[in-house]
Amino acid sequence: MTDVRHEPGAEPGPRPVRLYGLPDSLGGKLWVWRYLILRRLTQFLVILLFFATAHWAWNLFGEPLISGNLSASSVVGLIPLADPFAVLQILFTRHVLATEVLIGAGIVLAFYALIGGRVFCSWVCPVNPVTDLAGWLRNKLGLSNALHLNRSLRYYVLVLALVLALVTGLAAFEWVSPIAMLHRELIFGIGMGLIGVAGIFLFDLMVLRHGWCGHLCPLGAFYSLVGRVAQVRIRFDERTCTKCGECIRVCPEPQVLNLNQAARRGLVTSGECTNCGRCVPVCPEASLSFDLRPLIQRHNQMSNHYSPRRTS
Amino acid sequence: MAQAAGGSRRAFLIRLVQGASLAASAGLVWTYVLRNQARATPFALRPPGAVPEAEFHALCIKCGQCVNACPYDTLRLATAWESMPIGSPYFRPREYPCLMCPDIPCKEACPTGALSADLEDIEDARMGLAVIDTENCLSWQGLRCEVCYLSCPVRGKAISLERRPGVDGGLARIVPWVHSAHCTGCGICENRCPTDEATIRVVDGSLVQGRMGAHYRLRAHDPAGLMVFDPPPEPPAVDRGVEGRVPGLDALNLGDWP
Ligand code: SF4
Ligand code: SF4
Ligand code: SF4
Ligand code: SF4
Ligand code: SF4
Repeated sequence: MTDVRHEPGAEPGPRPVRLYGLPDSLGGKLWVWRYLILRRLTQFLVILLFFATAHWAWNLFGEPLISGNLSASSVVGLIPLADPFAVLQILFTRHVLATEVLIGAGIVLAFYALIGGRVFCSWVCPVNPVTDLAGWLRNKLGLSNALHLNRSLRYYVLVLALVLALVTGLAAFEWVSPIAMLHRELIFGIGMGLIGVAGIFLFDLMVLRHGWCGHLCPLGAFYSLVGRVAQVRIRFDERTCTKCGECIRVCPEPQVLNLNQAARRGLVTSGECTNCGRCVPVCPEASLSFDLRPLIQRHNQMSNHYSPRRTS
Repeated sequence: MAQAAGGSRRAFLIRLVQGASLAASAGLVWTYVLRNQARATPFALRPPGAVPEAEFHALCIKCGQCVNACPYDTLRLATAWESMPIGSPYFRPREYPCLMCPDIPCKEACPTGALSADLEDIEDARMGLAVIDTENCLSWQGLRCEVCYLSCPVRGKAISLERRPGVDGGLARIVPWVHSAHCTGCGICENRCPTDEATIRVVDGSLVQGRMGAHYRLRAHDPAGLMVFDPPPEPPAVDRGVEGRVPGLDALNLGDWP
C-alpha cells in the first residue's frame, strides 16, 4: 500500500489549503445538505410510520404496517424488531424473554452491525434533531462549554445500566431513557416525557457541546461498540487531504477523525462515528466519502492514480 | 524511580476509588428513581395474561404493541410522571374496561412474554378483582340496581345476586356479591355502575384479599373452593326462549335465583 502511494510521479506535492464555503446557489446548498436532508427524512419517516400504524391503522396485506415503537415492534405482523440494548438489559434482570423479541433484537443488531452502529443515532433516534438544534444554536450564539466530561463516560453509564439491571431486576436505562420517553410519547400520547428531552436540549445548548449524545448516552455507547464491525464507513483519501480541518469542525464526534490514524487505515474506523455524513460534503478536497469497508483499500489505491478531484 | 512508580500507583488507586465512588453514588440515585417508578402505584391494572407485577416490570419492554392490538380504546401506555409506572400498559375501567376478546389480541401481540402466552381462555385472566363498597351500592341500600350483575361478562359466576333482609324492616334486598374464583377484573361492572363514583371497583386482588391459613377447617365450601355465606346461584342454564329476551325482563323477573 505504502509503495503505491510513493510511486514516482503520483505525488501531487504540497497544495494550498483551501477552506470550505457554502455554495451560493440553492442547488449547491441542497447538494451540500443532502445527507442532512436525508437524515431528517428518515427520522421523520420512522416516527410517521409508527404513528400512522398506531393511529390511522396504516397496514399492508391487512396487517399493521409497523406496530410498536423503537423498543420493540412488528413489521406487517411478521418480522419482529427490538432494541438490542433494551433486550440485553432485560436479560441482565435474569428473566426469561419470549423468543420473538430475541429474534427481533438479533435482526436489529445484525442490521446496525452491517451499516454502522451509530447509524441509529444520526438517522433514526428522535433525540438527534433536538441535539442538532441545540448544537446549531450554540454555534450561532457562540457559547462555550461550561463543563468538561470524558467521552468515555458513556461506556461507564452503559456498564452501570447493566449492573443496575442485575441488582434491581429492572431494565435500568429503559425506565429513565429520555429517548424512549420522547419516542413513546410522540406515538402513544404526549406527557411529561418531553421534560427529559428538554433537559437534554438545555444541557447540550448551555453546558456541553454534544453533551448527551457524545458523552453520556449509553445507547450511543452500545451502538458504538456494535459499530466496530460496521461495513459502511467513511473512506479517507490521504492523498488529497490538505489537513484543513473542516471535517473535524462539523463532526459531532471529532475524536474519530484522527487523520493520522485514518491515513494509515484509509478509513474512519472508530465505532463512535455516526455515519451522519456531515464531514463528506464539507471537505473541499472530496477526501471523505461513504464506502463499503471491503472496497475501501482498492478505492483508495485507485484514486492514487487519478488527479485529486476538486469541488466548488 | 521506585518512588515515582509508587506515586503513580497511589494516584491510580485514588482515581480508582474516586471513580468507584462516583459510580456508586450515581448508581444509588438511579436505583432510587427506579424503585420509585416501579412502586409508583399498586393500582395499575395490566392487560390480560400479565405476569406478576415484579416480573412484568422486568419483562415489559414498553413497546405498546398490546395497545395497538386492542380493538377498543382500553389500553394506554403510561407517560412519564403519570401515577403509573412509566411506559407500561394499563387500563382504567371507569374510562374504558377490557371487553374480554375471546382471541386476546393484546396478549398475542406481546413480543416479550410480559403478557403470558399461557393464557388461553380469557375467562382465566386475572387483571384484578372487583370489590363493592356496600355503603354506597344502590342494591345494598335497598334500591333495585344490579347493573353490575347484568353487565358482567362472566355472568352469574363472577357476580351473584343474593337475598338479604330489608333495611329497617323494608322489602328484602337483592345484593351483588363478587367471587374471586371467577372475576377476571375486566372492569365492565366498574364502567357501568350508575353511582356518581363507581361503587364497584377493580383493584389488584393482593390489595384486598386476605389469606386465612391452611389450618382452618371450614365446614362449607362452595364448588370453587371458596367459602361464601350464601352460595351463588347457578348461571341461567336453560334457553328461556323469546320470553327471556324481552326487554324489561331480566334475571330478576325470571325467578332464576334462590
Ligand atoms: S466522521 Fe463524518 S460521518 Fe462520522 S460522525 Fe464525524 S462527521 Fe459524521
Ligand atoms: S382482551 Fe380485548 S378488550 Fe381486553 S385489553 Fe385485550 S384486546 Fe383489549
Ligand atoms: S406488548 Fe408486551 S412488552 Fe409491549 S407494552 Fe404490551 S405488555 Fe409490554
Ligand atoms: S352497579 Fe353499582 S350500584 Fe348497582 S348494584 Fe352494582 S355496585 Fe351496586
Ligand atoms: S370485573 Fe366486574 S364485570 Fe368483570 S368479571 Fe369481575 S365482576 Fe364481572
